[in-house]
Order: sequence, then C-alpha cells, then structure tokens
Amino acid sequence: MSKNNCQWRNWLLGASLALASAATFAQSVAVVSFVEHPALDAMRDGVAEALAEAGYDQNNKDFSWQFQSAQGNNAVAAQIARKFVGDKPDVIVAIATPAAQAVVAATRRIPVVYGAVTDPVGAQLVPSLQASDTNVTGVSDALPIDDQIALIQQLLPQAKRIGVVYNPGEANSVAVLEQLRDKLPEAGMSLVEASAPRTLDVGAAARSLIGRVDAIYTSTDNNVVSAYEALVKEGNEADIPLIAADVDSVKRGAVAALGQKYHEMGKQAGRMAVRILKGESPGDMPSEGGTELELYLNENAAREQGVTLPQALLDQAAVVLR
Amino acid sequence: MSAYAFWGAIEVGLVFSLVALAVYLSFRVLRFPDLTVDGSFPLGAAVCATLISMGWDPFAATAMAFLAGALAGALTGWLNVGLRIMDLLAGILVMIALYSINLRIMGRPNVPLIMEPTVFNAFQSEGLDDMLLRPAILLVVVIAAKLLLDAFLRSQMGLAMRATGANPRMARAQGVPTGGVVVIGLALSNALCALGGALFAQSQGGADISMGIGTIVIGLAAVIVGESLFHSRRLVWMTLAVIIGAVLYRFFVALALNADMIGLEAQDLNLITAVLVTIALVVPMLRRRRRS
Repeated sequence: MSKNNCQWRNWLLGASLALASAATFAQSVAVVSFVEHPALDAMRDGVAEALAEAGYDQNNKDFSWQFQSAQGNNAVAAQIARKFVGDKPDVIVAIATPAAQAVVAATRRIPVVYGAVTDPVGAQLVPSLQASDTNVTGVSDALPIDDQIALIQQLLPQAKRIGVVYNPGEANSVAVLEQLRDKLPEAGMSLVEASAPRTLDVGAAARSLIGRVDAIYTSTDNNVVSAYEALVKEGNEADIPLIAADVDSVKRGAVAALGQKYHEMGKQAGRMAVRILKGESPGDMPSEGGTELELYLNENAAREQGVTLPQALLDQAAVVLR
Repeated sequence: MSAYAFWGAIEVGLVFSLVALAVYLSFRVLRFPDLTVDGSFPLGAAVCATLISMGWDPFAATAMAFLAGALAGALTGWLNVGLRIMDLLAGILVMIALYSINLRIMGRPNVPLIMEPTVFNAFQSEGLDDMLLRPAILLVVVIAAKLLLDAFLRSQMGLAMRATGANPRMARAQGVPTGGVVVIGLALSNALCALGGALFAQSQGGADISMGIGTIVIGLAAVIVGESLFHSRRLVWMTLAVIIGAVLYRFFVALALNADMIGLEAQDLNLITAVLVTIALVVPMLRRRRRS
C-alpha cells in the first residue's frame, strides 16, 4: 500500500511540476489577499487595472497574473507566500497586514508591494516610510486622523463625547484608536470606547454607548463594517449621528464618511508594481499613503439621526445620498 | 509544485504536527474533547513573540510559551475536574478567555518578528538555505516531541493516563487519581500546542490574534487522516501516523493552491482541501474493502 501511495504522490508531484514549468512567462505578478472583503477586493481590482493600463494584461502573452486569497487563515497565508516565492514572480503584491507579513517573512529577494496596511512600520514590513533599501515597498491606508476629527467638528460643532466601536483584535483599528486617544482631547472632545470582538457584538457595543456619547465614529474595522446595519439601527433609534471611515457605510446608513479610495490605492500599488517590472528597485521607492480622500454624505440618515448637514460640507462632498 | 511550496508545506505541516500530537493526546488517549487548543496555539505565539520583542532569548521565550500552554490546559482540566464543568464547555470557556488574555499579553493584535531574532536564526549557516533549514530544525523538534511523548505514555503516569481514557471507573478502582491525571494530560497537550504556536510565529514572521481560528479542526483532520492511512494498536505507530497526517494535510492545501491550472479559483481553496482530505479518508477504506 505504501508503495502505491508513493507512486501516486510522485505522479501528482511530477504532473504539477510539469504544469508549473510549462507556464513560464517573461514577466509575472502574484497577488495575495488575506481575506475577500469589498475594500480589499477593490484594491486588488485597482492593482489589475493599473497593470492593464501599462500593457500588463491577459492580451500580453509575455505576462502572467495570479491571485490567491488566504481566506482569513494565517497558515494558508504562509503556504501561499511559499508558493509565490517558489513561482518566482517579478513582483508579489500582498494585501492586508497578515498576508504582507507572511510574504515578507518568506522572501528577502523577490520585490514585495504591500497594500491596505495601516501601520507598515509597526508591522515590521519596512524600517521606515522612507525608501527602505530592502525588497519591500507599498501603499499604507492610514487615514490622516486630523481630517477625521475636523469632519466630526464641522458636522457636529456641539459634540463633546465621541463613541468608538471597534474590534480589539484588529491591528488597523487599534492603531486608529490609539491616535484618537491622543488627538480627541486636543480638539476638546473625549473618547468613549466600546469593543466588539465579534461581528455579533457590534449591536450590543453600540447600545452600551447610548446616553453616554454625542456621536459614534468608526474606522475601517472589519467587524464593524460587516455588521454596520446593527449600528445604524441603534443610531436611528437613539438619535446618535454615525460617522464612518469607509464610504460604503454611508450607503448603509451613516451620516458621513471621509474615506480612502481603495480602488485608487490599488491603482497606486499597481503603478509601483509596474515601475518594478520596468526595472526599478523596490528599495529605492518610499512607501506611499493614499493621496485623496472623498466625502460621502447621506441626507436621509442625517434626518433619522437628528443632524442638519452644513452647506459647507454639502459643497465639499463627492456624493450626497438622498 | 515548486521546491519552495514543497518545503513550505513540510514546514507548516511539521508545526501543525505538534498540534496533531496535542489533539491525539486529548481526544484519543484521554478521550477528552478539548477545544482549548484554539486558544493555546495563539497563546504560545503571543507569549513567545512578546518576550522576543522585549529582548528575551528566543529559546527561553519558546520555553515560556510551552509553560503558558501547560497552564491553560491545566486550567481547563481544573474547570472540568474541580468545578465539574462539562468537558466541552470547560475547553470553550478557556478558549474564549484566552482571546482576551492573548490581547493583554501582546498589548495589540499583532506582534511582528520579521526583524527580530528567532530560534531559526541561531542555526543559520551559509551552507544551508532557509528553505531547508527551517523544516530540518522543525523535524528534529517534532521527532524529539514524539519520542518523549512515546516514553511518557509508557511510563507509570502515562499508563495511568491511558487507563483513565479507556475506562475511568476501572482506573479509579485500580487506585488511579483520575482527576489529577486529566489535569496533567491536558496541561501536556496544550503545552505541545503552544509550542507549535511559538514555532509558527517564529517561522512566519509574527503572532496575530486571529491565528488560532480553526486550529482544532486542522488538528483533528490530521489525526483522522493519519489514523486512516495506517491504523495500529501500538502507540509508537499512532503518534507517527498523526505527524504524517498533519504534513499530508498541508500537502493537500499546497496542491489546492495549484488548482488554478484546472480552472478553479482562489475562493475554491477550502473546498478543494476538503475534497482532497475526503479522498485521503475514503481511499484506504475502499482498498481494505476490496482486499477482504
């Protein structure tokens, strides 16, 4: 039995080796995302678009693209990283912190462009945001916190107590929360935290804030974004204005959001990949941040949650939902 | 499959074979359905990564991770034996408590080790590629763990543990303090699991709070795949079987990652893995049936 088994495995190994070597292209890009999620998917599509704009698409016979998702599992992320290193693409694009860490831990040679990482220095992907002199560069999705606080002040000049619902298990959310802890008091406001370690807890966390806050702000926290409706229900019932950081939440019932354009950031990362494909070294390329934010407003939600939208904001908004 | 993907699967498989040994010890030897491992795997990673980033020696940090895992397991045992909480529930309680404890230990959800020293750096040499070095070190650790576990299960204490699992009433009649044995068994099981977590964090660039999700499922799958490949009444063979089961499971994942060549996509990964594991379970059975 063991002999048969061995033959079977050899055959499979041989077959996959043959397939892998049959598909050699002049240039290739491999993309890994930690989970599939609207913002991260938009980022991936942006990468593909920027590559296509530079002539790297499926019509180009000398170019290949592959995408893998770790489906939220760290061990799978590690194995995808190894697979990519073995496939020897010219650039690996790694989306979200755990995926980027797995790839950077697996290779010091193949150029890596990270994306949707809020704190690349804290995650030890790069020593600083300057040109790293290593094989790693990328696009950070850190939101300039001052702009977020300015939005809250413009929208609700009277607000003093700001509630934040977040997942304490998400690196990106905790990074934002730490900034808020410093910056909100400087702006004359206080921070009230409510943690939601699971998607299920988002509604209860919001409920715990009723009566203790003048508004609820949320970052791009994955749990909160997944269960945003639970937050909207509480906000509408208790007349607490909701301010989000991703623009899709505005469609789902937040009053306002000043968010990153993940699709644009994907294109930014894609353009970095193109520069590497054309021969630039990732070590010479400083990490980049998202370049433009867009403001979304929702008049319906504003009515539900008892806010009047100031004309100045309405003029600034990219999209006003009615 | 490239050499990197091949050795990567071996490496991750060897790490998870420590989890498989842990699950074998609790589920099969002690017959205790212990779900603590979902928490003790990231606990080992959290303790190890935090201590290393504080400047501890990686070996000492790994040893502390082992001890932390033992504590977690002993806690589950005590909840069950001392407070008479049902076995499944005791494990679930400790598992969810460990989520908060792990966050407390790390202070944040993610502690990177990309730029820190690890146990693997200590053996780095010019002659041997990292790709081979890490699986080689892990193989030594796993074999050592297996041999020590085998020896333990043959000792007086180990025999008492096996008796407790097989027939607790009988064991008590023979004078085995079954409560204490359960606590020690779970401590050992979770210590092994935490050791796996510590080594995983060091080989994969850091600890992350989400890394424990599904550990028990992978551990159980490894045990069952191993058992179906060769079933023996002898413990030495069974511990070897579950190690091979864990490595095979990782091979299935690596194969599934290459499935894009036959038109399958990234999101199909878990499905393909499940199908491959099912085939691994069914083929030996069909073969046995044909023979008889």
